[in-house]
Amino acid sequence: MSEDAVRTLAASPEAVATRLASVRYVADDGLATAVFLAIRLGKPLLLEGAPGVGKTEAAKALAETLGRSLVRLQCYEGIDAAHALYEWNYQRQLLAIRQAGEREIDIYDDRFLTARPLLQILKAPNDNVLLVDEIDRSDHEFEALLLEFLSDFQISIPERGTIRAAAQPIVILTSNRTRDLAEALRRRCVYHWIAYPEPTREAAIIMMRAGDVAELTARAVARAVRNIRGRPLAKPPGIAEAVEWAYAATILEKGGSPWPEAFRRAIGVLIKDEEDLSYLASEISGIVEEALA
Amino acid sequence: MSKGVVLHALGASAPLPQAAELFVGFGRLLRLYGYPVASDQVMAFMEGVTLLGPRSIEDIREAALATLAPSPDRRDEFEALFRSHFFDDFVAPVEGDNEEETRVKDDGGQRKDQTRTLRLEEGGALSSSAEHLTIRTFDMDGEDGELLRFRRALASCLPVRRTFRTVRTPSRGSVDLRRSLWAIVRADGDVPRLPLRRRQSVVRKVLLLIDVSGSMKLHTKDYLKAAHAVAQATNRAEIFTFGTRLTRITPSLRIRDRDHALASAANRVDDWDGGTRIGTTLLAFLSVPRFAAFARGAAIVILSDALERGDHTEMETAMHRLGKRSFRLSLCTPLAGDPRFRPETAALRAILPVLDDLVDGSSIAGLTNFILSLGRPIPRAEAIWRRP
Repeated sequence: MSEDAVRTLAASPEAVATRLASVRYVADDGLATAVFLAIRLGKPLLLEGAPGVGKTEAAKALAETLGRSLVRLQCYEGIDAAHALYEWNYQRQLLAIRQAGEREIDIYDDRFLTARPLLQILKAPNDNVLLVDEIDRSDHEFEALLLEFLSDFQISIPERGTIRAAAQPIVILTSNRTRDLAEALRRRCVYHWIAYPEPTREAAIIMMRAGDVAELTARAVARAVRNIRGRPLAKPPGIAEAVEWAYAATILEKGGSPWPEAFRRAIGVLIKDEEDLSYLASEISGIVEEALA
Repeated sequence: MSKGVVLHALGASAPLPQAAELFVGFGRLLRLYGYPVASDQVMAFMEGVTLLGPRSIEDIREAALATLAPSPDRRDEFEALFRSHFFDDFVAPVEGDNEEETRVKDDGGQRKDQTRTLRLEEGGALSSSAEHLTIRTFDMDGEDGELLRFRRALASCLPVRRTFRTVRTPSRGSVDLRRSLWAIVRADGDVPRLPLRRRQSVVRKVLLLIDVSGSMKLHTKDYLKAAHAVAQATNRAEIFTFGTRLTRITPSLRIRDRDHALASAANRVDDWDGGTRIGTTLLAFLSVPRFAAFARGAAIVILSDALERGDHTEMETAMHRLGKRSFRLSLCTPLAGDPRFRPETAALRAILPVLDDLVDGSSIAGLTNFILSLGRPIPRAEAIWRRP
């Protein structure tokens, strides 16, 4: 069943875009093409972009269209093989040894093996999609480990031998580009840079995601957010913030605040930095009015 | 399927079909402009084009972007090259503003080799007494000797932090279950000696921001020499210069030979001895996510007189942001070499509360001694300078 899902999804870039739209993810042509190529070429997909442009959401949407579950590996500085590949459950092993007494026991049995994300995906490549999130946070050693995994899709466990993936797993890597990734890693992947969407596309995303937001509101929010992103802020608002802003403003408006006022009062869900707030304080009315016009 | 066809087409025996030559040629063109393009990427590009149809030139462009993976900084240049190759549109491509890291790294390696062979020849050709002489001059030359000592001492003096990663340790740590289990299996139910693990320490990042404006003219050369020593001593250092614009010179300073390194850095920087826009350039630094992430948890040393022309609110904002991100924010100013110096300009007074250190940067000795003390706790700048 899953094989069929992959085949129908990866019929053409347009099919990818339609299927992603059916799970409420609006993909542009570049992303649809990248997903299509990644699946058909059997390569991992590397998504880069500013925080909050929907990299992780893309992976979730892809897993949902394929009817697979998402195995997520969140990277951080100092992540190592025990967190990414596998670990033995030593406590259980020790207990089992004690319990067995004189009997013989295999302490490297499956029940003592704790599978971490990379091993999980190898064991069931057709049921899972692997998401390696924020790989730029990990260090170079981990990148090297991942490189080895991504080229062969196999893991060697000294006590058990080598485990290979039965089928080509679907792997998505994301990076906020807080540092440059190794060229070798970029080379092995299909690459896509997700930029902030155009106002019309963003309005479509807001309407799709935020439930009962009027089209006019969504358009105004998209225009205002685009304007705000052009300013030198410490943390420019992402798409998720824009969606929340539109939603919060709608709720406030239903509660009795008139339009420009509702946007101003809901600003806390859009801008989450005190300095940015004070920077925008004087201009926000102008921005909102311009966007509503 | 198509993979086989393409692979066959790329084989040495069969000549490339005319159409394929266009795509392979694009890969070659990119390499010419310093893009790191591997042959399997070109193959993936051709496979991608085959898979997509291609129905239009747009398909080819998207396949190129996805498989050849140009870095976002050089995207415009990439597009220009694409147009010039596939449309015969002879617009000279814009030169990328991003430094070509790979090429610089290569140069570094080459130069390192050259200097190494040079030194070997020296040692082989010269008699032992002369060799003695060179050692002596090295020691006699105060500045070089000092920098060399600084470089050697630095690696062990930088501030450290604990990581999540653990290392084996003979004492003080938590029980290493994996090795314990092995020991139990081996010794038949007994642990002769409890193996331990402890969290590892890593050196914190060091960020040097060097002011190259006109007012710092006398000191920039010294600062660059010290920065070169830092870049050589640890690979967790980043060095930037700022004046009217911001320039990352770390790749230049990685070159081992100091004269080469400084010459390369000098070429990189465009705003020598110009005006000062400390606030604007530091904000520019913080607006690049890559750089801002580098400042997080780092020891930041700003080498500047902090004499901002005009309004200093931007500098204050930038310093506040840097101070919040950093492990330790220090300002080395050559003005502090004067015993009558007090932090009394409006700008200095405003940023003093966020500074961890405000120290003398008028000589290499003062600066290097300070950098060596980064790992040791000392009272905050405000407490020292606000003393009556």
